[in-house]
Amino acid sequence: MSFKTDYKGVAGLGSAKDGTGHWVSQRLTAVALIPLAALFIYPFSIALGSGYGAVQAIYSDPFNALVAIGFFIVAFRHLRLGLQVVIEDYVHSSRALTISLITNALVWRGFAVAGAFAVAKIALGA
Amino acid sequence: MVEFALPKNSRITVGKSWPKPAGAKNIRTFKIYRWDPDSGANPRLDTYHVDMDSCGPMVLDALIKIKNEIDPTLTFRRSCREGICGSCAMNIDGINTLACIYGLDEIKGDVKIYPLPHMPVVKDLIPDLTHFYAQHASIMPWLETKTARPEKEWRQSIEDRKKLDGLYECVMCASCSTSCPSYWWNSDRYLGPAALLHAYRWIIDSRDEATGERLDDLQDPFKLYRCHTIMNCTRTCPKGLNPAKAIAEVKKLLVERAM
Repeated sequence: MSFKTDYKGVAGLGSAKDGTGHWVSQRLTAVALIPLAALFIYPFSIALGSGYGAVQAIYSDPFNALVAIGFFIVAFRHLRLGLQVVIEDYVHSSRALTISLITNALVWRGFAVAGAFAVAKIALGA
Repeated sequence: MVEFALPKNSRITVGKSWPKPAGAKNIRTFKIYRWDPDSGANPRLDTYHVDMDSCGPMVLDALIKIKNEIDPTLTFRRSCREGICGSCAMNIDGINTLACIYGLDEIKGDVKIYPLPHMPVVKDLIPDLTHFYAQHASIMPWLETKTARPEKEWRQSIEDRKKLDGLYECVMCASCSTSCPSYWWNSDRYLGPAALLHAYRWIIDSRDEATGERLDDLQDPFKLYRCHTIMNCTRTCPKGLNPAKAIAEVKKLLVERAM
């Protein structure tokens, strides 16, 4: 039983005073992905399926390596921001929302770090 | 949570088919959503036959004719019959609009009329708009000032007044908000296009001095940023306004002040 007014329900906990950074970042990463994806795909398509030596030859070129690292960081950031919107849209129970948002925030950052590390390892030949 | 089907007690059943008017030559069929809160039964779709030779041109004319001549229990809101009060908003032929300014000639085949989507129904075509109105109240739809009140009116140039065109005409009929999927899923926290259009109307009012506070209140992942530019609001607005653009302008102002 609750005698809360409608206004009280609408006001909720007030404004989070947050969200613009997310909105801007989602658009900036989208734009950045246009050249990054284009530059990433060509060397990657050659590297795919060839031997370790050939892959190493491609990614020991600093340009290819930096593009690949940049692509992983930006693409996984964009993915994380986009999925966050999907989760906020469709997951409504407060508990499930918290868990899925935290998981989302951590997993894709892990993927970005792993991707960057893998490229660095190949590029530096360690 | 997202619901892809109506709850069991909201599923629509086939309703009563009312007899055709005797001697009528030009008959049009209306299928209208009916729900009576006192009966406990599921909503149903009643079929009415209206003699178009003695009926006005608008959907509301037909609804009033049905209520007067066929079934006095049919319940709907209406007042001004000229698109300025916003009372008769309903889902007609699949789009949310005002029955009084939607022509029957714009509809092909049977005329299907439902209440505004995804709102609690009070009875028949009447949705419960209390939450919608509370959202409107929450954006402070009035002039907020800090400067000492002038002796006469707050003055506004003709150019500044023009910025309110396309915004002040909103009659709060709720067609836009109830056409918005984001509002369907998240209306508990998302303000919806109507309230956000009004928020923008006060943000760009040259006389208003609470612009920063207004933007502060809107900057929220749910209150504002549930808008994904789906544009249903703009498509459906019976007054031809563009709530999606107003929301985009608010987002631009938030970026501008953060840069």
